Amino acid sequence: MMGEKAMMSINVNNRSQALETDGHDTLLTVLRDELGITSPKRGCNQGVCGSCTVMIDGTPQRSCITLSASCENKQVHTLDFYKDDPTMQALQNQFYNCGAVQCGFCTAGLLISAYALLKDNPAPNLKDVQNALSGNICRCTGYRKIVDGVIAASKELSS
Amino acid sequence: MSNTVSNTHGLGVVGKSVPKLENREKVLGKAEYIADIYPPHMVHGALLASPHAHALILGYDVTEALAAPGVVAVLTGDDVGEGRMGAFIKDEHAIAKHRVRYVGEPVAAVAAETEQQARKAADLIRIEYQTLAPVLTPEQGLAADAPIIHPDLESYFKVFDAGSEANLASRTVFDEGDVASAWEHCDVIVEGEFTTQAQAHVSIEPCGAVAHMDGNGRIKLWSANQSVFRVQANVCESLELPMSRLQSLTPRIGAGFGNKMEPHIQPITVALAMKCGRPVKLILSREEDFEMVRARHPYRIRMKTGAKKDGTLVARSCEVLLDCGAYVDDSPGVLGFSLLMARGPYNIPNMHSEGKLVYTNKIRFGAFRGFGNPQVTFAGEQQIDEIARQLEIDPIDLRRKNILSEGDPWFLGQKVESAGLAQCIDAVEKASEWRDQIRSTKTQIPGRRTGIGMAITAHISGLLSSAAIVRILEDGCVALNTGAVDIGQGSDTVLAQICAETLKVDLKSVSVASPDTDGSPYNWGTTASRVTYMTGRAVKSAAEKAAIKIKQHAAEMFDCNIEDVELRDGGVVGIIGTDKVLPFLAISARAHWAVGGPIIGEHSLAFERDTLDPKRAVALGLPFPRIGVLSFGALVVEVEVDEVTGQTRILKAWSALDVGRAINPQLVEVQIEGAFVQGLGYALFEEMVWDGGRLSNPTLMDYKVPTIADVPYDIESIIIESPEPDGPYGAKGAGEIGINAVPAAIANAVFDATSYRHRHLPMTSERVFNGLYNSQRKYQ
Repeated sequence: MMGEKAMMSINVNNRSQALETDGHDTLLTVLRDELGITSPKRGCNQGVCGSCTVMIDGTPQRSCITLSASCENKQVHTLDFYKDDPTMQALQNQFYNCGAVQCGFCTAGLLISAYALLKDNPAPNLKDVQNALSGNICRCTGYRKIVDGVIAASKELSS
Repeated sequence: MSNTVSNTHGLGVVGKSVPKLENREKVLGKAEYIADIYPPHMVHGALLASPHAHALILGYDVTEALAAPGVVAVLTGDDVGEGRMGAFIKDEHAIAKHRVRYVGEPVAAVAAETEQQARKAADLIRIEYQTLAPVLTPEQGLAADAPIIHPDLESYFKVFDAGSEANLASRTVFDEGDVASAWEHCDVIVEGEFTTQAQAHVSIEPCGAVAHMDGNGRIKLWSANQSVFRVQANVCESLELPMSRLQSLTPRIGAGFGNKMEPHIQPITVALAMKCGRPVKLILSREEDFEMVRARHPYRIRMKTGAKKDGTLVARSCEVLLDCGAYVDDSPGVLGFSLLMARGPYNIPNMHSEGKLVYTNKIRFGAFRGFGNPQVTFAGEQQIDEIARQLEIDPIDLRRKNILSEGDPWFLGQKVESAGLAQCIDAVEKASEWRDQIRSTKTQIPGRRTGIGMAITAHISGLLSSAAIVRILEDGCVALNTGAVDIGQGSDTVLAQICAETLKVDLKSVSVASPDTDGSPYNWGTTASRVTYMTGRAVKSAAEKAAIKIKQHAAEMFDCNIEDVELRDGGVVGIIGTDKVLPFLAISARAHWAVGGPIIGEHSLAFERDTLDPKRAVALGLPFPRIGVLSFGALVVEVEVDEVTGQTRILKAWSALDVGRAINPQLVEVQIEGAFVQGLGYALFEEMVWDGGRLSNPTLMDYKVPTIADVPYDIESIIIESPEPDGPYGAKGAGEIGINAVPAAIANAVFDATSYRHRHLPMTSERVFNGLYNSQRKYQ
């Protein structure tokens, strides 16, 4: 099982990356240890905490329970990709201002989930935000200021 | 709503909700945490954990592991000396040696080229054990024929009078007044036994460390920590290294709630790095983080409280039994602190508290936000509610009648200098529309019941020592260096605000040094709600000393007296009554290049107020002679209980805290909200469960923490400011206090909804359903 390495290519942040990987490597491990992209975090490695969330073909997914081999021919986007995207910038600005960031370990995953929400629903209400972010655990904030950040970003974008 | 008075003080940056200094890098995903450090040529470490709760280690066979692909080094207990570490009792080796004491205890480690290779090789290490009978509960540990977990306990170094004996790690007894004869003066007495469960910290960042030994044999260590200095002390004690050989540093920290204060796997990482000669990175998996770091103590509490007919509290006694786990860690402090807080923020003239801390073959229990206070508050604040109901007095009125105020002594005698407790109670009463709520409770939606409950609390901020160095750079900017680790709560920002305010400079011109044992002054740690209060005091004094030097230079440059010059906003000094000014740039340039040398202000302090007044009270086994200043809080919660499932939801919460002065109100609000939610999880569902000696739920699949779907948006934080005379701009701590009252307030609200008194945490759906069923049966 182990040790059988194969060449594959994976498209991360619009760049095609050639990789030598065995079938066991998760997307998260490849992003962090092979490609040096550390914005997705390993909080539980079990698909529960949401800190490793990235976009795969436009859908937020847990990179810790996604095998890298399954990402061949798919588009993977991490937080880093969206630095010039107005929707992400609005979220980042409002997380910054609203006190939605404490230790910051869950922040990248939350921003990806919130981004997916706003792309789908530009004017979410409280319940929409709670539903969209219910797969991202934050142990610091109590969540209220994260809700504030998302709602403020949606208002900033619509104004 | 934030009831801050900051705008009325006319101050600059203190009292402003400025965003945290490092928020930008965090929202960009660029903050570097321990797992994000990849030194060149590094190897990955992995651990082998003990499968036994209690066993002697007879020997190791590492041949197979050493031969495995990619393996660089293997470490076992044979590689480390007899050094032992521990904050209160030095009972712990760097890695298990001679004996294992809990399932999950690190017993060997491997360094290999990849993490996967290291983990595979760790499983190839063979260890011969002789299993011993385990001790799984404190009651069992105290039995006459119990297996002894630390046979050499008597010879261990202890920093206080612990009274250790057999499996009893320590005992503490406090007395004030005359409890024994006070009961006969009470018209109502309530008595009960309460239990609380183990809670896991679950910082979303698991613990980890990176270590590297250079060519001179000196070691650099980065780790997930709450104190670079406690890391340095623990590594050096356990590995018998002089402190001069170890430099302890910090990356960004993915939160700490007490779990990262004392050591986790830093000593093992350093030993492994010394053995293999390459940088070693060791990051725990979530399961390992659950099984081998530390957790909140399970408590058994017997409490008795008595009052007169008019509601005057007369006496209380509290007896606690703590499961210490395999190593004492911070446990004696937790025990002592909970006994000190067991009286609650009340004037109760007759008070007795005592407790025992007992070794068991479980993970070490230690510091966790609240530090023993949530447990005793769960008992004490429910008894206040019981008394109020028996005497048919409104629970708020009963509390108001008995609370401490400024100038009153805390239990054991320390004088309370500032007390905004009455304002906290007023604020939550008003915000929650308490009396209207009481009238309108009970069922609105068929099948659901609502209830309202309240609890009050106090907490300390303080302890031990801190220091600060304020340097004026050549261009007039300010470099602040304290050694206090910002664990995400925002202390770098708050300390920079204090520094900027004192020097009247723009916040942007203040830089905050990352803690480093080579370059920072000592700071005991980011713990005990202490950084704003203790390190803030050091920063303010250091900045004031720098200001005096700045003004001295200015006076010489203006050729006037120092009394004639003043600091003005924006980093300038002016002659009083004139518009003549000199910028810090000109002053600092003079100091650097011509006269006097660089301008540096520095200040060191240790907390100075005695906990015990021997004329008032008696204490045996007091683990901390000087503990801290008191913050206060009041909490009201409204709950809804589903009659069919027993599920309890929090509808709304109103939490008011007296923090002396909110240096940064937004950061205080996040502490209030975050502490409430962590307390909500503790109250309703979080619980570490053991199957024999093995933790059966060491994953986030099986151990549930609150998600955004489990918590109300309506957590209203109310800031009360009753300035502490020696606090920086009046500030006291805010980090822990918000969790203390949560389980008690929820239990009181659940009682209001169901007429059943919950004395055991967590209040799971099953327990609440059974309680509802039993109370209905009783009243039918």
